[in-house]
Amino acid sequence: MEPKNNNDVRIGFYVCHCGHNIAAMVDCPEVARFAQQLPNVVLSRDYKYMCSDPGQELVQKDIQEFRLNRVVVASCSPLLHEHTFRGACEAAGLNPFYFQMVNIREHNSWVHTDRAEATEKAKALVQGAIERVARHKKLEQKKVPIHPDVLVVGGGIAGIHAAMTLANAGKKVYLVEREPSIGGHMAKFDKTFPTLDCAACILTPKMSEVGSHPNITLLSYSEVTKMEGYVGNYTVTVKRKPRYIIEDLCTGCQDCITNCVFKEPKFPDEFNEGLGKRRPVYIPFPQATPQVVLIDPEVCLNFKRGKPGQEPVVSDRCKKTCVEACGEKKAIDFTQKETFETLKVGTIIVATGFKTFDAERIPQYGYGRYPGVYTALEIERLVNASGPTGGHVVMRDGREPKSIGIIHCVGSRDKKTNRWCSRVCCMYSMKLAHLLKEHTGAEIYNFYIDMRTPGKGYEEFYDKLLEEGVHFIRGRVGEVTDWAYAPGEDGKLVIRVEDTLAGYVRRIPVDMVVLSTGLEPQADAQEVRRLFNMSCGSEGFFLERHPKLAPVNTFNDGIYIAGACQGPRDIPDTVAQAGAAAAEAMALIDKGYIEQEPNTAYVLAEECCGCKSCLPLCPYTAITFDESSGKATINEALCKGCGTCVASCPSGSIVQNLFDDEEIFSEIHGVLAYD
Amino acid sequence: MTKEWKPRIVAFFCNWCTYTAADLAGVSRLKYASNIRVIRLMCSGRVDPQFILEALAQGADAVLIGGCHPFDCHYAEGNYKCLRRFEMLKRLLQQMGIEQDRVRLEWISAAEGEKVRRVVNEMVETIKKLGPLGLPKRFEEWDREMEHFAQRVQACDAACGAPQCGHAAASHNPTMESAHV
Amino acid sequence: MAVTYSYYPGCSLKGTGRAYEESLLPVMRALDIELVELDDWNCCGATAYMAVDELKACVMASRNLALAEKAGHREVVAPCSACYLVLNKTKHYIHESPSVHQVVNTALKQGNLAYSGNTPVRHPLDILVHTVGLDAVKKRVTTPLKGLKVAPYYGCQIVRPYSTFDDQYNPTTMDRLLEAIGCTVVPFPLKTRCCGGSLTGTLPEPGLLCSQIILKEALKRGADCIATVCPLCQFNLDGYHDKIAAKWGASRIPTVFFTQLMGLAFGLGERELGLHRGFIPLQLPATLRAAAA
Repeated sequence: MEPKNNNDVRIGFYVCHCGHNIAAMVDCPEVARFAQQLPNVVLSRDYKYMCSDPGQELVQKDIQEFRLNRVVVASCSPLLHEHTFRGACEAAGLNPFYFQMVNIREHNSWVHTDRAEATEKAKALVQGAIERVARHKKLEQKKVPIHPDVLVVGGGIAGIHAAMTLANAGKKVYLVEREPSIGGHMAKFDKTFPTLDCAACILTPKMSEVGSHPNITLLSYSEVTKMEGYVGNYTVTVKRKPRYIIEDLCTGCQDCITNCVFKEPKFPDEFNEGLGKRRPVYIPFPQATPQVVLIDPEVCLNFKRGKPGQEPVVSDRCKKTCVEACGEKKAIDFTQKETFETLKVGTIIVATGFKTFDAERIPQYGYGRYPGVYTALEIERLVNASGPTGGHVVMRDGREPKSIGIIHCVGSRDKKTNRWCSRVCCMYSMKLAHLLKEHTGAEIYNFYIDMRTPGKGYEEFYDKLLEEGVHFIRGRVGEVTDWAYAPGEDGKLVIRVEDTLAGYVRRIPVDMVVLSTGLEPQADAQEVRRLFNMSCGSEGFFLERHPKLAPVNTFNDGIYIAGACQGPRDIPDTVAQAGAAAAEAMALIDKGYIEQEPNTAYVLAEECCGCKSCLPLCPYTAITFDESSGKATINEALCKGCGTCVASCPSGSIVQNLFDDEEIFSEIHGVLAYD
Repeated sequence: MTKEWKPRIVAFFCNWCTYTAADLAGVSRLKYASNIRVIRLMCSGRVDPQFILEALAQGADAVLIGGCHPFDCHYAEGNYKCLRRFEMLKRLLQQMGIEQDRVRLEWISAAEGEKVRRVVNEMVETIKKLGPLGLPKRFEEWDREMEHFAQRVQACDAACGAPQCGHAAASHNPTMESAHV
Repeated sequence: MAVTYSYYPGCSLKGTGRAYEESLLPVMRALDIELVELDDWNCCGATAYMAVDELKACVMASRNLALAEKAGHREVVAPCSACYLVLNKTKHYIHESPSVHQVVNTALKQGNLAYSGNTPVRHPLDILVHTVGLDAVKKRVTTPLKGLKVAPYYGCQIVRPYSTFDDQYNPTTMDRLLEAIGCTVVPFPLKTRCCGGSLTGTLPEPGLLCSQIILKEALKRGADCIATVCPLCQFNLDGYHDKIAAKWGASRIPTVFFTQLMGLAFGLGERELGLHRGFIPLQLPATLRAAAA
């Protein structure tokens, strides 16, 4: 296919040095010289920083002075600056889609080592773009209106802050939380580092604001099951799990709990990490929002023990003293079933948080075998005044510990389990050391690999701990064992560790061991991210669009992520990210529309032969068949521009804007024409 | 051949996963062979088998297609359609005498910069062993053969007095070349 | 229908560890498993040769694997921990490195043998718990060893560096097997701690200390005996009581092979199972002795 030597096409070509980033490996002047002699190229320049203001002004000036009607820039990735240069073209009065970009940085100068080869490759890619751009057509960006409501998934501190920010700005927010109460992990903490603020004190006012804010619809004990639609117009299905309590009628008086047939609480309490007990009817914690109780059908006597996966069946065997105690309010309803609600929103913020590492995966530390070994979250509940022991640090066997070992990096920085650093464990380990010392006066030992204290006031916190007499031993703990060897070790748990600063292996007998477990993606992170059409990294955390420039955006416009679901982080960073996500969502909503990339497909009716092979291919059901005319048509609003139908049409009668067959064939020809 | 032959591989990368992964490889400064030319598409489902054939016909020694992992396609199922077409095309290519190793489909997610590096390097090594495909050169040879044959037929006809066929009169038939498309 | 395995005893099971063989073969037979000893097997080299010349050690060990392939049975059983580890290590190296495989096969060719790298090498614990199954074992028990408190001691070589059939840090196959024959398994944190190995012969002070630590802890936990899987462990724990007593005070507790306990539970005789070979004799609890009489 010969490129048309059409006098109508006037291409301006620019190759960017990008400082040394490209110029060090690609001979830019040489590439510019090469491009100059290609068909339709009117001018060819090389410049140091194309994306800068002077660079863009250069393009604009040239467009006007030389009557350019096509522009090609060879520089970095289009994913980074295509938008910038299209904007420059538009500002100069040229349709932005007459622009094509060549990636000679991420795909060339940064990944190759031979200057001659890199320059040859650059020339080939440039020729491809120049032949392609000649075939570009004028296109208009579509404006898609954005529905003003927002969905926030996850009611931890990230979700709460994002919801509050948006609600205060006057937006209507749906906050969906899987647990019966919002608050997330932060609600379980005692104090937060480094200021030692009481977590509940700073969280509960926010929780209560969320609960009473007129702009926030709180859907607790609910999960998102389906998301359909397109940016700005999402239809989300939410499953409301049955509490067996009518939420609107429950006043949170908790008389049902005190009057339950179970005189003593008997079942492991999830909020207290299994250290405390609850009854079948319970409220997760005193400050729960919403202040509504719920009934656990697995253990409530009024339900039959069913097979797993089956809906619980009312057995009616119980005296139901709870119903009696509820009295006039009549809030208990054993016949309640799960229901589904459909929400229409324009933007979604996913803030589903993290899960802690399962310490049983490291058998050397004895979690689950030795009752004296605890996880950090369990300790948070023990030292908490509203915890199972009223803040009194008492072990499972009733003893008060006189010596405590805190082991850092359990399930972090570990080739066998998780390679990453969980970022918060050093700080919370020190916080727990401080709190435990305050509560018990015990000898405390922290076993660390490195002390990571990157935040504001964090290093100062570490200094304070050193002065408090906490022992810091640098070494990764090898084993926690109840084998007593030296005198004084009987009845204790012995921590065996190489003290790398002292240079020998030590045995340190303690009463209690605390494992500083790392942060991981939630157990169902894969299902959740597919639900929202998001990518995730190799570790399983949700993937941001760009780690530096777009940390809260995903690859889907209108869907944002915030908090620990994106990676381990502390509360200040989480709140900052949640605010950022809310701002991004607000920017979209306030603008009122989003400009869709005009890469939709359309059918050339006169060429369509009516074979219908394209119909079942579209995942968005954008293609319909008109029986009367015998032709297929594509609904532009639903088309997302994937191009699958285009590739499959046997008569070639479906055309895709921006990725037309002609354009791609000429690009193929161009990259191979240069030998 | 005046220059030493270097393999040329045309790659079709999907915007959301593989192209991003290649960007990540760049950002991470991973190094790989320079024999690859990437063409960006929105989805691997856009890959028309004709693109692959055209690339090979225009002189590529191999074609690499990069898409999202099953389940992860940005457009839900485009990668599956790509897979179907690709499998059928491979059979066709085999019948045409083009080695299976010359066309490769890989699922590379946005976080797998290292995989881009590995796949490109592996493929270049494989193609180096297979040698050049050189279809444009072969087309030229076949065209010359046909010309030669046509001239012989013409001579034969002239010798036995049969009417001349217009077809044989043309020395270079442009319509034949378009048949390659 | 009897299942047949190739059987690689190794030097110890014909020498100081013969009680292991004496108890293993009848126990397997009682469970319908035939162990066919490899003809003309050679020493595996154990830890000693591997430490001196890995390549030559591989060749020596793989001769046995080649013999097993030739014998045609699907899998090889190697009861001795060192043999088990060396054979598996050899197999692993051959898989990892085609050049090692080449060297090995070139050497083996001299003896008209070849090793493909495929024959699995299995441990009796693995076979008993995962292939035969604990239910089948329980069915065969005629005298459950009720009241006998046992400390399960695995030693290091079947869990380090690879652990092919059990957890590396806290293995439980032998615990479950002992429970299946009625024993009370005592919680024992030192189940994979080194017994001193060959050090008891070369550097007795640290070597014997390793053994003493295990003996002392087993006694402290209230065990009546220690059950072991390795002939060297059994030897170290059983053979040096006088020296240990002289240095650190006595820690006399019998150390037997787990197969000997299984044999007793299956109703086989003490002499038949080689129980007379232990320096510290196994004392069954009074109730069991009455039942056996």
